[in-house]
Amino acid sequence: MWSIEQIIGALNQWLQHTLGNVGAAIAAYILLGIFVILFFSVLGLVLVYMERKVSAWMQVRLGPNRVGPKGLLQTLADTLKLMSKEGLTPAGADRFLFNLAPVLMIVVSMLLLAPVAFARNVQIWDLNIGVLYVSAISSVSVLAVLIAGWSSNNKYSLLGAMRSGAQIVSYELSAGFAILTVAVLSGSLQVSQIIESQQTGWWIFRGHLPVWVATVVYLIAVTAETNRAPFDLAEAESELTAGFHTEYSGMKFALFFLAEYANVFIASAIGATLFLGGWMPLHIGNWEAFNRVMDWIPSSIWFLAKTFFLIFVIMWFRWTFPRLRIDQLLELEWKYLLPIGLVNLILATAIAVLGWHF
Amino acid sequence: MTLRNYLRNIFQGLRSLWTGMRRTGYYFVHHKEIITQQYPDEPPRLAERFRGEVVMPHNESNEHRCTGCTACELACPNGTIKIITKYEVTPEGKKKKALDQFIYHLELCTLCNLCIVACPTDAIKMSQAFEHSVLDRRELIKILNKPGSRLMDGVE
Repeated sequence: MWSIEQIIGALNQWLQHTLGNVGAAIAAYILLGIFVILFFSVLGLVLVYMERKVSAWMQVRLGPNRVGPKGLLQTLADTLKLMSKEGLTPAGADRFLFNLAPVLMIVVSMLLLAPVAFARNVQIWDLNIGVLYVSAISSVSVLAVLIAGWSSNNKYSLLGAMRSGAQIVSYELSAGFAILTVAVLSGSLQVSQIIESQQTGWWIFRGHLPVWVATVVYLIAVTAETNRAPFDLAEAESELTAGFHTEYSGMKFALFFLAEYANVFIASAIGATLFLGGWMPLHIGNWEAFNRVMDWIPSSIWFLAKTFFLIFVIMWFRWTFPRLRIDQLLELEWKYLLPIGLVNLILATAIAVLGWHF
Repeated sequence: MTLRNYLRNIFQGLRSLWTGMRRTGYYFVHHKEIITQQYPDEPPRLAERFRGEVVMPHNESNEHRCTGCTACELACPNGTIKIITKYEVTPEGKKKKALDQFIYHLELCTLCNLCIVACPTDAIKMSQAFEHSVLDRRELIKILNKPGSRLMDGVE
């Protein structure tokens, strides 16, 4: 059976055979770039459609159902519309920064894709501090939001950007602690090793209470970090008229939009990697036959299924909860999530040291 | 804030969040509950008391119940109804006031239902038809009594 790993290996061999070492490396980078751009476009289309359907069903509506079968082409039509629109730059805006912000936003999302393990041995860059890299790079996106808000020269944008700054700086901590919990248990920051450590069972099953708490904290924190409802104060359509991207239109707006969904995907992918075992199939103890069947399902399917499950949960949050006020938002972080995260980390460390996990 | 209160806060918060999520999750999997009406494709489900326009029902022999008393015209707050009466000669040779034209200006009507309430003989009622768009404004001025129609027997 063909796996993604084999296809990539064969492609790499063929490239090296025809182009030599240097040529193959350059060709691989170009192919990778094309892949990332294509992947993001497809991701945007799929996730926007999914979001609209999920929101519709949760609000007892039908959702898009006019363009194409079951409305499948709706997001494609929307994208075409966005591409044909004029990308306006306001007269009072800081031209350079205004145009830089959406690019910075999308570049950050693309960088975050590097340590994500899509399938067995399929990873763009398996660096030895993978999860640290993720939490470090993801906080750069606040810079893009701040630049966008500031350079727009618009009070709503600036307010949205400032809120976003306070929010991301705060929730970064909780997300970090949740990630640390798993890092402590698995004893590594390398994404591939974290996945290897879940061979006998995903951390959510093996880690008892601390991992459950960490999962919930992580989900809340990344929802806040990706600026999605109920933490969407930075955008807040109803009070800030879309916040930091009020002044953006056309493709520049589309980049922000795409980056939001890409960030949701990446946050879910990292969450799935940490708590649900990434591409690792579901194994239960000594049930040989069951484990064999689970192994038969391709690892990329496992990864995508888990990721999309977490994406669904984040969408579920969005379409259930009302938006928090800024003081409630900060209270939730500093009075609840952060202390819980700290205590939880101590518990997890104790469990890891004493070897109480399965 | 004691530790006990703190923990209770967390659990109560989580429970109420879960209640909300259970509700939306229920709707997510129960598509039968969807309330969207795909109007042009399927006939709309209108409320019983939905008011579309004023009509005057006629029976099979082209008779209506309007005596031309102008109670509706007086009740109308914005001059939507104009009633033109005529004199008919009864078989006994008496002259009697009767309805000639019931002119109804749909473009002025607010569908307030006051004319229907005012009518002593229940000659007019609200219909549920709501697709009123026309290309010429004059088409909205309607004559409700059909040509050649007359008063139903026994209605005074």
